[in-house]
Amino acid sequence: MQVEHISAYEHNPEALEVLLWVGCAPAFDDRAQKVLHAFVKILWHAKVKFAVLGTEETCTGDPAKRAGNEFLFQMQAMQNIQTLNHYKVKRIVTICPHCYNTLKNEYPALGGHYEVYHHTTFIAKLIEEGRLTIEGGAFQGKKIVYHDSCYLGRANQIYEIPRKLLQLLDAHLVEMPRCRANGLCCGAGGAQMFKEPEPGKKDISTERTEEALSLNPNYIAVACPFCMTMLTDGVKYAEQQDKVKVQDIAELLQQALKKKS
Amino acid sequence: MLAQIVFVATLFFTIALFYRSVRRIRRAILLGRKEVKNDHKKQRWKNVLLIAFGQKKMFKRPFPALLHLCVYLGFLIINIEIIEILIDGIFGTHRFLAPFLGLFYNVITLGAEVFMLLVFIACTIFLIRRYSGRVERFEKPEMRGWPRIDAAIILWTEIALVVALFIMNAADQVLQQRQVAPYHKAGFFPFSQFLIPFFSELPTQTLILTERSAWWAHILGVFAFLNYIPYSKHLHVFLAFPNTYYSDTGIVPLGKFAIDENVKKEVEAILKEQFDESAEETPPSFGAKDVFDLSWIDLLGAFTCTECGRCTAVCPANITGKKLSPRKIMMDVRDRCEMIVNVIEEKGEWEPDGKTLWDFISEEEVWACTTCNACAEECPVNINPVRIIMQLRQYKVMEESKVPEPWMAMFNNIENNGAPWPFAAADRFKWAEKITEE
Repeated sequence: MQVEHISAYEHNPEALEVLLWVGCAPAFDDRAQKVLHAFVKILWHAKVKFAVLGTEETCTGDPAKRAGNEFLFQMQAMQNIQTLNHYKVKRIVTICPHCYNTLKNEYPALGGHYEVYHHTTFIAKLIEEGRLTIEGGAFQGKKIVYHDSCYLGRANQIYEIPRKLLQLLDAHLVEMPRCRANGLCCGAGGAQMFKEPEPGKKDISTERTEEALSLNPNYIAVACPFCMTMLTDGVKYAEQQDKVKVQDIAELLQQALKKKS
Repeated sequence: MLAQIVFVATLFFTIALFYRSVRRIRRAILLGRKEVKNDHKKQRWKNVLLIAFGQKKMFKRPFPALLHLCVYLGFLIINIEIIEILIDGIFGTHRFLAPFLGLFYNVITLGAEVFMLLVFIACTIFLIRRYSGRVERFEKPEMRGWPRIDAAIILWTEIALVVALFIMNAADQVLQQRQVAPYHKAGFFPFSQFLIPFFSELPTQTLILTERSAWWAHILGVFAFLNYIPYSKHLHVFLAFPNTYYSDTGIVPLGKFAIDENVKKEVEAILKEQFDESAEETPPSFGAKDVFDLSWIDLLGAFTCTECGRCTAVCPANITGKKLSPRKIMMDVRDRCEMIVNVIEEKGEWEPDGKTLWDFISEEEVWACTTCNACAEECPVNINPVRIIMQLRQYKVMEESKVPEPWMAMFNNIENNGAPWPFAAADRFKWAEKITEE
């Protein structure tokens, strides 16, 4: 199967169910790319008619905005909105909470009005529509701890959907003391991903990973490419990478897709 | 009669002083730029009801919330008492409400004593907690000096006010028993009755003196406290309500940051290549250099802040030892506002003092924020420090081009390659070739 470019729908935009907004990390970062691949496979599995902007996609501008460069953000946003509107895009799904937040909350004031889904909410929708079945069992007896991404949780009040998806795996879902609205940032938000932290006594990613590791999980589940990087680094720093896997919810679910008979 | 004249004069003086303070704070808050928020009235009142009146967010930490609730309810019920004290003071009556309210007066005095005892207990525990060094958020650098003393003054005053009332009630009861005029039989005092043994041996004259002294001490204490509040961190007793009203809970998601309209105009002009050369207006400035550039709602937040430090306690940057403390940001904004208002009150108008908000807040603090919104989520009265931090960043980046070097590189990458990393835009679709089907 091939990932379609949106131009395939140029004359028939109605037929496009959803645009997959790839995001920079999934497009270029090896680890995030695996998550993207897993999500694409889920979309294929559910026979979703989706397409991507390919090389016409550019950064949403989120890191520029959070770093204080409103000017660059708006330049990026206007450019993207022009592209999206040109292709008459109505629905967007993305695996990055930062892209999700920006597209959903900040693009409307600049003329970009779309129905935006984070991949967890989109997968939940597919399951609800009966287009996707997750087979429990594969993760039975495994302990999974979910790390709330700030831009999904506090920023957009999405706390329960990712957890409901994880519960489908029949695993033992555990919670960190700081979870949901009290969740601790991985340390990458607000453009911190792109610079060294200010002087302090430890890295935020270490603080958060320690909290997760204290529960002795088999998996740390994330829903954001930046959280993925930070917590993967944290687990390596703690030399626990052989025991604890950091995986995106899409990756875990993709391994538990019920094969079509 | 003399007592009544002194009382009325003091009352007027108190009101005049308080009015001046209110005007001063109003002026300070309105130093900020205009921001209109009159949408979603229903949700806003709901927020006031649940978060300000109902203290919903306080109960994330049940123990201090319960203690705080005691002090809060004590404060409300004591206001009923104060009505009577004012009437008695002005007209020279004694326990004026008693004959009118009958049995209900007993309920009020009972309620007042119950809550006064709770206030006493709560404030004592608060003092112990705060000064035991065990609550980390009270030990942060920004709490050194005046803020630490300020908190102690407030708690000790509240304790002193309650003690005065208890002494007054106890002496009153003995005088009632002795049927000394004007101490007519009134009220039910479940706790101060236990203090009676300390007073029952005293001569009537001494008792009257004690009762009067306690009465005066209490009301003068209340007057003094009222006029202390505007200079203290205790303004939340009034400002929590408007601050919650103008906050965005249930209206705007925390992740949605404002779109700068000035930037939007410029960007639109560039994209349409319509440079209006004839426009003579001075170019707008971006971000916040000083409190004038912040919204008045941000400044309202600064005056509402009671320095509880819950924001700082949940801030990932602060937890890991960075200099950033959201509470300090709010305290700095308020300090700067006060500084400016002092100049205005002294000189009649604002004369720039060569300082800005950046003399209070360092770049290091501003860069450290992850915009995770934990502080805004945590604030019991819905103050949002992230809004201020973002405006400060915007100033540094767009006005001074002072950015951490890696961020400058990130900006360049976005501009040139459309991604924050130095990858070629042409490679953006390569990921699709790598999908392996199983």
